[in-house]
Amino acid sequence: MSAGSRDTVRLLMSRLRPDRLRLAAGTLLGVASAALFVTGPKILGHATDILFAGLVSRSLPAGVTKAQAIAGLRAHGHGQLATMFSAMDITPGHGVDFARFGRTLGLAAVLYLCGAGFSWAQGYLMAGVAQRTVYGMREAVEAKLARLPLRYFDSRPHGEILGLVTNDIDNLNTTLQQGLNQLLTSVLTVLGILVMMFWISPLLATISLAIIPLSIGLTSGIARRSKAHFIAQWHWTARLNGLVEESHTGHALVSVFGQRRPMSEDFSHRNDQLYQAGFRAEFLSGTVQPAVQFLGNLNYVVIAALGGYRVATGVFTLGDVQAFIQYSRQFTTPVSQIASQLNQLQSGLASAQRVFDFLAMPEEPVVHDTAVPERIGDELGGSAPARLPVAYRVDLERVSFRYEAETPLIEDFTLHAAPGQTVAIVGPTGAGKTTVVNLLMRFYEIDGGRILLNGTDYRSLGRDQVRRCFGMVLQDTWLFAGTIRENIAYGRDGASEEDVIAAARAAQAEPFIRALPQGYDTVLDPDTSAVSSGQKQLLTIARAFLANPGILILDEATSNVDTRTEAAIQRGMARLRRGRTSFVIAHRLSTVRNADTIVVMSAGRIVEQGGHDQLLHDGTVYRDLYNSQFAQQPAW
Amino acid sequence: MPSHPGGRHRRFSTRGWLVLTKLLRAYLRPHTGQVLLVVLLLSVQAAGGLYLPNLNADIINRGVLDGDTAYIWRTGGLMLGIALALSTVSVIAIYWAARVSMTVGASLRATIYQRVQRFSAREINQFGTASLITRNTNDVQQVQAFLQVALTLLVIALVTSVGGVVMAIREGAALSVLLMVAVPVMALIIAVMLAAVVPLFRSIQSKVDRINQLLREQISGIRVIRAFLRTATEQGRFQLANFELTRTSLRANRIFAVTSPVLVIVLNLSAVGIIWFGGHLVSRGSMPIGNLLAFVTYILQILLAVITAVTVIILIPRAVASAERITQVLSTVPTVADPAQPGRPAHVTGAVEFRNVSFAYPGAAAPVLTGVTFTLWPGQTSAIIGGTGSGKTTLLSLILRFFDPAGGAVLVNGLDVRKQSAEELWSGVGLVPQQAFLFGGTVASNLRFAGPHATDTDLWRALGVAQALDFVASMPGQLDASVDQGGTNLSGGQRQRLSIARALLTHAQLYLFDDCFSALDPATDARLQAALRAETRSATVVIVAQRASTVMRADQIIVLDAGQIAGVGTHRQLLAACEPYREIVTSQLGEGTAA
Repeated sequence: MSAGSRDTVRLLMSRLRPDRLRLAAGTLLGVASAALFVTGPKILGHATDILFAGLVSRSLPAGVTKAQAIAGLRAHGHGQLATMFSAMDITPGHGVDFARFGRTLGLAAVLYLCGAGFSWAQGYLMAGVAQRTVYGMREAVEAKLARLPLRYFDSRPHGEILGLVTNDIDNLNTTLQQGLNQLLTSVLTVLGILVMMFWISPLLATISLAIIPLSIGLTSGIARRSKAHFIAQWHWTARLNGLVEESHTGHALVSVFGQRRPMSEDFSHRNDQLYQAGFRAEFLSGTVQPAVQFLGNLNYVVIAALGGYRVATGVFTLGDVQAFIQYSRQFTTPVSQIASQLNQLQSGLASAQRVFDFLAMPEEPVVHDTAVPERIGDELGGSAPARLPVAYRVDLERVSFRYEAETPLIEDFTLHAAPGQTVAIVGPTGAGKTTVVNLLMRFYEIDGGRILLNGTDYRSLGRDQVRRCFGMVLQDTWLFAGTIRENIAYGRDGASEEDVIAAARAAQAEPFIRALPQGYDTVLDPDTSAVSSGQKQLLTIARAFLANPGILILDEATSNVDTRTEAAIQRGMARLRRGRTSFVIAHRLSTVRNADTIVVMSAGRIVEQGGHDQLLHDGTVYRDLYNSQFAQQPAW
Repeated sequence: MPSHPGGRHRRFSTRGWLVLTKLLRAYLRPHTGQVLLVVLLLSVQAAGGLYLPNLNADIINRGVLDGDTAYIWRTGGLMLGIALALSTVSVIAIYWAARVSMTVGASLRATIYQRVQRFSAREINQFGTASLITRNTNDVQQVQAFLQVALTLLVIALVTSVGGVVMAIREGAALSVLLMVAVPVMALIIAVMLAAVVPLFRSIQSKVDRINQLLREQISGIRVIRAFLRTATEQGRFQLANFELTRTSLRANRIFAVTSPVLVIVLNLSAVGIIWFGGHLVSRGSMPIGNLLAFVTYILQILLAVITAVTVIILIPRAVASAERITQVLSTVPTVADPAQPGRPAHVTGAVEFRNVSFAYPGAAAPVLTGVTFTLWPGQTSAIIGGTGSGKTTLLSLILRFFDPAGGAVLVNGLDVRKQSAEELWSGVGLVPQQAFLFGGTVASNLRFAGPHATDTDLWRALGVAQALDFVASMPGQLDASVDQGGTNLSGGQRQRLSIARALLTHAQLYLFDDCFSALDPATDARLQAALRAETRSATVVIVAQRASTVMRADQIIVLDAGQIAGVGTHRQLLAACEPYREIVTSQLGEGTAA
């Protein structure tokens, strides 16, 4: 075990600690039930011995002692029988002692029942332990998401984070559920059976034990050989699925460009390769079962023959053979299960490690609200929708910021936005316009300089206090799976129905919402096509209206939006801006022309800043940008 | 969470089972011989497995009781030989089972693929692309896996149970009564457990989906959540979902916790019962003691077979669901098909004519297009503008005969498209779809998708016209630069320009550009259009757009409004005469700029 996985086990154990009593009780119950289960066959064997002894006793004349009877047999040349009988508990002339026989079987039945009871109790307890632990881990992971800096989310694909918090936790769930029950039971059963087998006959037990490495060797040998085919199978599955995905997604293109036949041929080729690999993998791995079965049968035959021989020679009783056969039959199943359960355990530990690594990620530093929180909070937070918003003043003073320590991005940047003013941020795609948003919203902390909100330094405010002053309408129209009403109401805690409708009306979203069959109760989910992307944008504007912030961040980019909706969005944004300090990622000429300040960005950096006329005159970057992006607009 | 849609499948439906068996029967028919061979071999194996305890009984009855050690060794040797033979038989059976199930899987996949290829846009839309992909891959996988298991484990389990009962009756009719009790009891327990657990599993799945959805939202919406201070709200929603999931999982796992001890107890009590009743039989001399031991082994084997059968049965609902989804695809007939005797247009000019065309999507209340009539001339650029849902893309689909109109006729090259062979029709068209979809491969392989025989010079030329030359030239490997599936490693604008270059390589007489300039900045858009015009001088060019700046230079602009033509003419004419057009222009370019 590596140091990393030892740490993982330690962390996992600490997660299980609150349940340690249940865990201990569950383990004890497991031990008890395994012990009872493995005693069963031995007792049944004893019952068989009583039966057999009774049969033998009846065949002997009554009135003689056991010794006399055996001597008599020997005298008649039945030396072998005499040896066998001498090892047995016989009373010549008597039949089967059914009272004793019944008592023995009754004992076996009671043991089995108790064993089952214990095993049920163990399963019940352990299911609780596993589920509670996974519940806690899931919650911890989710809570962690809220404490991670934006940097974490921006620096890796969302799919990767999601995979971690979903697949790995699911895997861990399976592992815990299985490990705490089946693995424990399997291990205990194997141990118990080994003890019983050695107790009955060390020789036969050794032979049975010899089967284990044999079957492990065989299984892993086959697994090694089939692994290449499994890899080929995965490879071709991925290749085939890729082709199917492409040709179904690009169905129109494939048809129109006359590529059906070539694609079809490619499909046939991949399908055939998949078939070949799949067949080999399936066949080879399928041979494990008969191979293991053969070893099981081999074991059975050896016990039957050798055991029979030893009964005949008086070393062994018939009941022992019966018990031994039962043991060896019950032995192979848990042994092969342990192998697969250990695999699961390994993959579960790997998942646990990833989850623990995630939980150990550096978090966003906690910010304490040091400066006059009441006044600022009052003024900034408590805006009722009826009241007009209070516009705020925003000052960036000698701000510097970089995503990576080595790459300077924003250096010594100063910008003043007076209450109600509009700042337009322009630049080609990928110029880093969102960096400004990141800093204003305090998604990232600045490295130098300061940002003031109505004269108060960001650093002396809580993040939530800063964000309470802002409203945001981004190009990525994030809405959650819920009704339209819930999504608009997301803008502010405790919004009433009237607030929601007023916000929708202000955002020009009311007409299309009313036109939907379910109106405000229309559920937005990822697959729904009832609401277009432009209409989603209107909903995010309504959401911002409801929040009624003093400062706005708007992204004008609206691609794939039809003209009517586009017009509605524009009117909505214009109304939203009224009376608020606004930062607009500008795509429209009217916006840049009317802006109080224009911030020009290029290659992630702020390169120019000023009014429209001034920049047109002095700013080379702005002039180029203006000529290519904006200048054509009025010419039509 | 209220009840989820999966609830309607709560009961195991016979109809679904019929769908699965019908599908498998059809695909297994060519392999009847092999399937029978597998069943035969596995029967031999199961029977042999049951015969071993019988020999063991002989060892005890004759070898041990008579003290005949030679007989013990002889019979032991025989058992060993049988065990070896059985494993050989079983390997052969597995070979053929794997062969058959993999062949069925491959041919199912191929049949679905071919069928989907022949689908028209209507069928594609009806199923949805994602769903078709799943049906073609995952669902086939499910059915194939089920077949593989059914052909091995299920057959063995069934033969063992049936054969075991027969052998048990032969060994001791009186004792087999016990078996008659134990097997149904066991089956009943398993059935009850399944009835309780299967719906729970469905419910767990939907709750896991809910958790994943919430987390996906929290990750993708992290900015909005933080901006609106909704972290606590999100945590509340998550906690509720987490609690629900945990509660349901706990219930399912506790049912499992009961099931396995109960099954074991049935198994063990059966063994106890056999020895008790068997003991009396043996004592009365109606049964040899060796047979009693054999009987205990049988009953263990039979009951284990029942358990195996059940684990296979758990796979059935999934296989049934997949089979239903596959059958839906296979029983869908494409609505658009080539005519029996396709006609050939006299001249391939690229001319397009719509004659009073109307069209409605199946199930839709309102038609998408009504009474649309216009002509697109070769050598001209025609633009189609209108709001979302005004029917622009539908119009292009009708030209390509992805759909058939409900009324009227669409003529390409002077001949009704319904009278032409689709391949013939398409070979004269260069299409740039709305979604600039690229295939996994290289820049060159994507371009050659449309012009398989184009030289590198041709490719560069097309890239130049599409204003893609600069960025391709700066990519590592240039024409051989790799393109991810769907073109995800390129920006939207780059994808659009590559797909335009691709269409140019067809050197067609008819070009359809479906809103493919939206991601380009106006300057690039203007340069591209100028270059296009020079490149496609004699062809018919159709441009669908939402942006006024894109369409205003066209020779002819067709304004669509709610499925009807609101005006046809040049930019100037329409500004003067067409109110909807004026509205669009003013809304996009601002008041006072239109005139």
